Amino acid sequence: MMTPFEHLSLRWKIPLRVMGAVLGTAFAVTLALIVRDYDNMRSNRAAHARSLGHLMANTLVAPFLHDDVWRAYEIIQSARQGATLAPELQAEVVLITDADFRVFVSSRPRELPIGSDLSVQNNRFTEVHAALARTTSAEQIVLEPTESPYYFVATPLIADGVILGHVILAYSKQAFLPRFVGLLVQAIWVTALVLLVLVPISWIWARRTGAPLMALAEAMRKVPSELASADLAKLPKTRDEIGEVGAAFRRMLEELKKKQELEQQMLISERLAAVGRLAAGIAHEINNPLAGMLTAIKTFQRHGQGDAMAIHTLSLLERGLEQIRNTVGALLVETKTQDRPFEPADVDDVLILVEGEAQAKQVRIQRSGAIFESLPLPATLIRQILLNLLLNAIAAADPGGMVKLTLGADEGMLHLAVCNDGAYISEEQMRYLFEPFASGRDKGHGLGLWVVYQIVKQLNGSLAVDSEPGCTTFSLDIPYVHAH
Amino acid sequence: MREEKGGGRRHFLRQSVCAISIALCAPALAQTVRPWRMGLTPVFLDDQISFLAQWRQWLTEQLERPLVFVQRGNYREIVDLLLAGKLDFAWLCGYPYLRYRRQLQLVAVPLWQGRPYYRSYLIVPHDSPARELRDLRGAVFAYADPDSNSGFLYPQYALSQRGENPATFFARTFFTWAHRNVVEAVGAELAQGGAVDGYVWEMLMRTRPYPTSLTRVIERSPWFGFPPIVARQDLARIHIVRFCQILSNMANDAQGAALLASLGLDGFVTATPELYDGIVKMMERLRR
Repeated sequence: MMTPFEHLSLRWKIPLRVMGAVLGTAFAVTLALIVRDYDNMRSNRAAHARSLGHLMANTLVAPFLHDDVWRAYEIIQSARQGATLAPELQAEVVLITDADFRVFVSSRPRELPIGSDLSVQNNRFTEVHAALARTTSAEQIVLEPTESPYYFVATPLIADGVILGHVILAYSKQAFLPRFVGLLVQAIWVTALVLLVLVPISWIWARRTGAPLMALAEAMRKVPSELASADLAKLPKTRDEIGEVGAAFRRMLEELKKKQELEQQMLISERLAAVGRLAAGIAHEINNPLAGMLTAIKTFQRHGQGDAMAIHTLSLLERGLEQIRNTVGALLVETKTQDRPFEPADVDDVLILVEGEAQAKQVRIQRSGAIFESLPLPATLIRQILLNLLLNAIAAADPGGMVKLTLGADEGMLHLAVCNDGAYISEEQMRYLFEPFASGRDKGHGLGLWVVYQIVKQLNGSLAVDSEPGCTTFSLDIPYVHAH
Repeated sequence: MREEKGGGRRHFLRQSVCAISIALCAPALAQTVRPWRMGLTPVFLDDQISFLAQWRQWLTEQLERPLVFVQRGNYREIVDLLLAGKLDFAWLCGYPYLRYRRQLQLVAVPLWQGRPYYRSYLIVPHDSPARELRDLRGAVFAYADPDSNSGFLYPQYALSQRGENPATFFARTFFTWAHRNVVEAVGAELAQGGAVDGYVWEMLMRTRPYPTSLTRVIERSPWFGFPPIVARQDLARIHIVRFCQILSNMANDAQGAALLASLGLDGFVTATPELYDGIVKMMERLRR
């Protein structure tokens, strides 16, 4: 069974538990102190009563023997006046009895007149009389009858070994009460004062203990839907267990973010693959009749003697069909054909080819890195990639801007990177960047990047775009079979 | 130079000797006049220490001779000291005075309510049903002092007058050694009855209503001579006369009058032993 408390937030649960511990401790300590004080009080009173009993018994022997009632009365009265500072130590009744348990003198002559008999009178001293009558011992007797409101200390009056009578001190059990209540109130006050200091401190401390857990829970609540807004700054960075959990959570979030990105990329490349298959299929279907149509036109031009009008019309058709074939050819990227290896000189060739375009736009091309040997990669396709990327970069660069080509090869991998300082590619554009006819520009047919993508995929390479304001970089890695 | 030094020392020595002789002489001079010693008994409120200090001061000034008061636990000790010549004067009860009248000289008698008389009161707790002495049969009774007229002799006499045996009439009796304590004992019901000096009771009623108001007077005795101030037999007549004069003049002196007012008395007069004939009669009756 879960109680409602179990479901309570740690924000409250930890402070409440700490409060419980603090209050419990305070209560226990107070209780212990009170119990100790009560015991002290009792033993104090017992010791006081016993010593007073002995003292009075010694003092009263002479007045008793001399039958000096008034002296005895004065002595017992002064013994009662002494303890006004500690009322609980004040004997309520002091009584002197003779050997027959008749009152010699008492501090309450009205209730216990001289000569009254303790044994016959139905008074509050019946128990003590019974106890004294049973014993012949010359020892002091302490009696606390449960039903009596008194606590008795009876001390024998002894002269020359003979018990002449007894000095009986009767203390009210109730007399403890005011003193005890005083102690209780005092203890409660002290506890309250201590709590006044402890409670806020413990509360703040408990809240601080809970705070890292709160932050962790807050961050976890945003997983996986709002990964980006999960505030990792508040996570604990301590070296304790909570800190470890925080670090693990941070690692987990990073992994999750990577996975989400990967999924995004997968989606894009799958779509591109689908589009590629569709485009290739259509291109094949178009290419066959197209080849027939172009052959027919060529044949007619060579052998026919048509009028000028027909020749003009066919020429028009031929140019149109050529354009279709170019377009379809571009869609249908073919890598299976035999080709020569890619040479270092090919890079220079491509740079010469784009020079005109760069000059027209006053864009400076900067080159860094180089390859120093021929690579077993189809030269035509790699040239195509380089050409497309450089032309795109020049077109994207601001007038008077810069395009940077970085290349190199190692460990069976060709690295290419083309960077320009033009406007950056938006998130929206990025999604469709490699799809055919997705160009953001007016010029060109929008197949440049598509072709690059198809070639890289077919060569089992990888391609990445990193676009920030002022720097858009296309970087690709293409593996080749190592010469060795 | 050497001589000068020696001379200086001699001079110093002479001065020291002089200082020592003065220091020795001072107590010697004081000792030559022996202070009067006067015994006091609880025939009046003798427990007022500040009053006693003032009275002693006043008497010393008047007598031009130091005077000390001597107090003891009961009448008997004062009487013994007086008879032994250890006291010069004493304020005693009429009863012990009469018993030793041949060894004592009467000096002066106080005036209370304008007369040298007082009487004994029989008191009971204020809520006691007792109306007269006879109602106290079998009770616990408090006497003041075995040598007191009002606090012992009179109640004994009153019982024998009524045909009772004073030794067996009460179940139990005890002495409180002072009139004031009789009032306290009866007020606290330690005793169901007590005999007390009427003058003391009236004074207590005025100065200490509690516990005096817890007691009630059921019987008043006839008038007896007020406790006198007496002197030892061998004291020179001139001192007795001087002391009597000073006491008699107390009322005429401002400070003396104030002291008398504190005592609740009007003054002192000379008296003859005939003043105490009433007590003599009781003594004779009880002796039989």
